[in-house]
Order: sequence, then structure tokens, then C-alpha cells
Amino acid sequence: MARFLYVYLHGEAQLYSHSLAWAEIIVMALIETDALIIGAGPCGLFAIFELGMLDIRCHIIDALNQPGGQCAELYPEKPIYDIPAVPSITGQQLTASLMKQVEPFEPCFHFNTKAHSLSDHGDGRWKLTTDQGDSFIASVVVIAAGGGCFEPRKVALRGIDRFHGTQLHYAVRDPERFKGRRLVIAGGGDSALDWTLGLAGIAAELTLVHRRPDFRAAPASVKKVRELIDSGRIHFQAGHLSGYSGEAHLSSIKLDNGTNQVELACDDVLAFYGLTAQPGGLSGFGVAMEGGRVIVDPERFGTNLSGVYAIGDIAVYPGKLKLILSGFHEAALMAHHAKTLVHPAARNTFQHSTTALKHILKTEA
Amino acid sequence: MTISVTDRDNHTHVLSLQDRNASTLMELIADAGISILAECGGGCVCATCHIYVQNPDTVPLPAPSEDEENALDSAFNVKTNSRLSCQIPLTEALKGIEIAIAPNWP
Repeated sequence: MARFLYVYLHGEAQLYSHSLAWAEIIVMALIETDALIIGAGPCGLFAIFELGMLDIRCHIIDALNQPGGQCAELYPEKPIYDIPAVPSITGQQLTASLMKQVEPFEPCFHFNTKAHSLSDHGDGRWKLTTDQGDSFIASVVVIAAGGGCFEPRKVALRGIDRFHGTQLHYAVRDPERFKGRRLVIAGGGDSALDWTLGLAGIAAELTLVHRRPDFRAAPASVKKVRELIDSGRIHFQAGHLSGYSGEAHLSSIKLDNGTNQVELACDDVLAFYGLTAQPGGLSGFGVAMEGGRVIVDPERFGTNLSGVYAIGDIAVYPGKLKLILSGFHEAALMAHHAKTLVHPAARNTFQHSTTALKHILKTEA
Repeated sequence: MTISVTDRDNHTHVLSLQDRNASTLMELIADAGISILAECGGGCVCATCHIYVQNPDTVPLPAPSEDEENALDSAFNVKTNSRLSCQIPLTEALKGIEIAIAPNWP
């Protein structure tokens, strides 16, 4: 029987939830903050800056284990050309720059954390719970969830989902569980190749399955994998997963290589097709939506719920453009309206960052 | 000039290129209100605008770039006639092309 220990914080310290099996205590944090931002993509990150300029402190949650959202996950190495005054920048560089820009505001990041529910806290604030068991009490909630939560792409074969977690895996937590097993690893990127190398000496038999003999991964990994294939220590099959055998127990996987079908007897399948954004995580929050996106007014970027805002790709309004720069603009307008809720007594005077940040950055002005 | 698009419910739509602002096949499909995810908005990274060219012999297209091949690696049910519709510009070369939208991710 688990007991629950609530830790009350006031938005200053950073705290992660822990599951302490030895004491049967689950530490669940109840964190009070001015603003809670859902999504640490470019728009969520810049919202920290705009809110910080107005003396609004932020906690920020993200389903991924790193900041940057799509920029970091989908195109870390690809150049972005439409950031004003920056002729070319990669997704990774943009993320790093934004992280540096928001550093003075001391945001608290909670990665590997998904929003679970949103409810009215009764005192004009919102309560947001997460899948990690934490709760946030915030005056302002900013939904900057982009295209949704990033999750591994699932194998698109009817019914194969029932083996997920037993014989079908999208991540490796304990390599030793594959000891002596016959593995099929599907994919041709870094994850597929890294785990091929990591598990080649552990599994009884390993077959790497990819649609073509070219791999898109670190050259050193590609070289090592080729050596393993050439020496016969692992097998390679070109093709795509087209079916499987087994009812209660997965016994084999079928491949289609364009000309014929191959059946591979196996104990486990590890699929690494990258991540994809899954929309739908906000259903049940009570925000009005249209086509999977949150309806906002283009003046404040508020939703139908007072104090709940949406910015970036997740927001929809007449004329909406899914551009990073549009999201930055939305963050600024959202922040100025949010200030009227967080600091109602404060005058809403506009300041240029040159003046406003002088005392915060404490650097050469 | 028209293009034939078969959606995931197996309905075929005939789209005319006139009076459209689309610059790629993906945009044409999305503008017509046919369900296609195109998560990255044409950036050739997500492979969610995956289509099959049904008549590659009668309407040959230039081979996919290395970038497109890399992105196709993360798609499912990739066949020899698989393409990413965001990487196919709308030109006269597409005249008479028949495409089908690849199955969605579960």
C-alpha cells in the first residue's frame, strides 16, 4: 500500500518526483507557480522569456527528455531560414540559443512529463496534474504543445499491439532481459543501430530489418554494424514488417522485401521508427478545440477558459500561420495579458527589453 | 490538368490544378480537405505525407533525393512506389498521375 507524501513548494526550487520502493513512499510534488507551460518547444521556451520580462515565474513540462520540441526531435541538424535577423540556424542551435536566453529567469523544467488533467482550483487558479503524479497550482496555464506529445511510432500491424511490453518493444530499459532471446530489430537510424550493437553480444540471435541496405546513423555505428553482418554474427534482412504469427505468444514476424515474403522466428521485436507527435492529449481539459487544435482569440491568445492560453502550432485562429516567428509573437501578446491575472495591481506599462532586462541580466548594459 | 487521389477510405478524388495555390502534391491534397497528416509541414522530416504512386510506369517522376529516402526510413509499409508528397512539386509532369495515401500510423 503506497502512502503519499506531498511536498509543497513555492515555485523556487526544482523537484522531480521519485518512486521510493524501499520505503513504499511515492513523493508527489504539489508545486505553486505563477505560470505553468505545457511544451518546451521554441514557443514554450520563448514564453518563459516574455513572461519573465513581466516578472512571471514559470514551470515548464515536456513529454520529451530534452527541450526544443520538434526542432530538437525532428530536425536538429536541418537549417531554419525564417527566424528574423538569423539567416540560417539549425533546430539544435535555435533550442540552445533559446535556453541561454531564458536562463536569467530561472525556469524549472520537468522533462519526461505529460499533462494529465486540468481543473479549476477554486481560487482563480488552475490545477494541472501530470502523468508523473505531480500537481501544479498556477495562475496561468500556457498550452504550447505543438503537434502533441512525442511518442515512438508504433508498428502498424493490426493486433500486434497486444504484445507491446512483453515481446514488442519501442525502447530498451534492461538489455539483460534479451539474454539468449532471438531478436528482430526494425529500423535504420541511430537507435536501431545503437541497440543492434548493444544487444549483439547478449541476444542468442539478432536480425536487423530495414527497408534498404543504407542506414542513416553515425558513420562509426554503420561501420561496426556492417562488420557484424559481414562476419555473420548478426543477420540483415531488407524489407518491411508485413505480418506476424502468434495469438497469445508472438512466434514469428513476416517481412516483405518487394519481391517475396520472408518469415523470421523470433522471441522479441524491437522497433525504432523514430518519434511522432500524437495529438489528443488535451481532450478532457475543457478547452474548446477545432481539428485537434485549441481555439484562441488572436488578441490575447486566451482560450475559452480564463487564465488558460494557447500559443504556437497547437493554437488556431483566423489567419494562423504555423511559423516559429508567429509563435514568438503569440507568446508576447499572451504574456502581456497573463500579467493582468498574475499581477493584477501592477501597471501594464510596456518596456523595451533593453531597459527591462538591465536589472535582471546584471551584465554590461 | 487533373490528379487522381485515393484516400484512406478508398474514395477517389479528382483534383484540378487550376485555381489552386499549392506548390506541392502534399499541399494540393491538404487544401482539398483530404486527410493527410503532414506533421512537419513539408520539411521532409516526418514522413507522414507518405503516398503511393499507382501508375509509376506511365507517369515517371524524378528519383527521390537522399533526404527523402532518409525520411522514408521512418515510414511504415514503404514500397517501391512510395514517395513523400511534400517533395513532389506540382508541374505538368504530374499530368494523369494516380496516387493513394499510405495507411496512417496507429
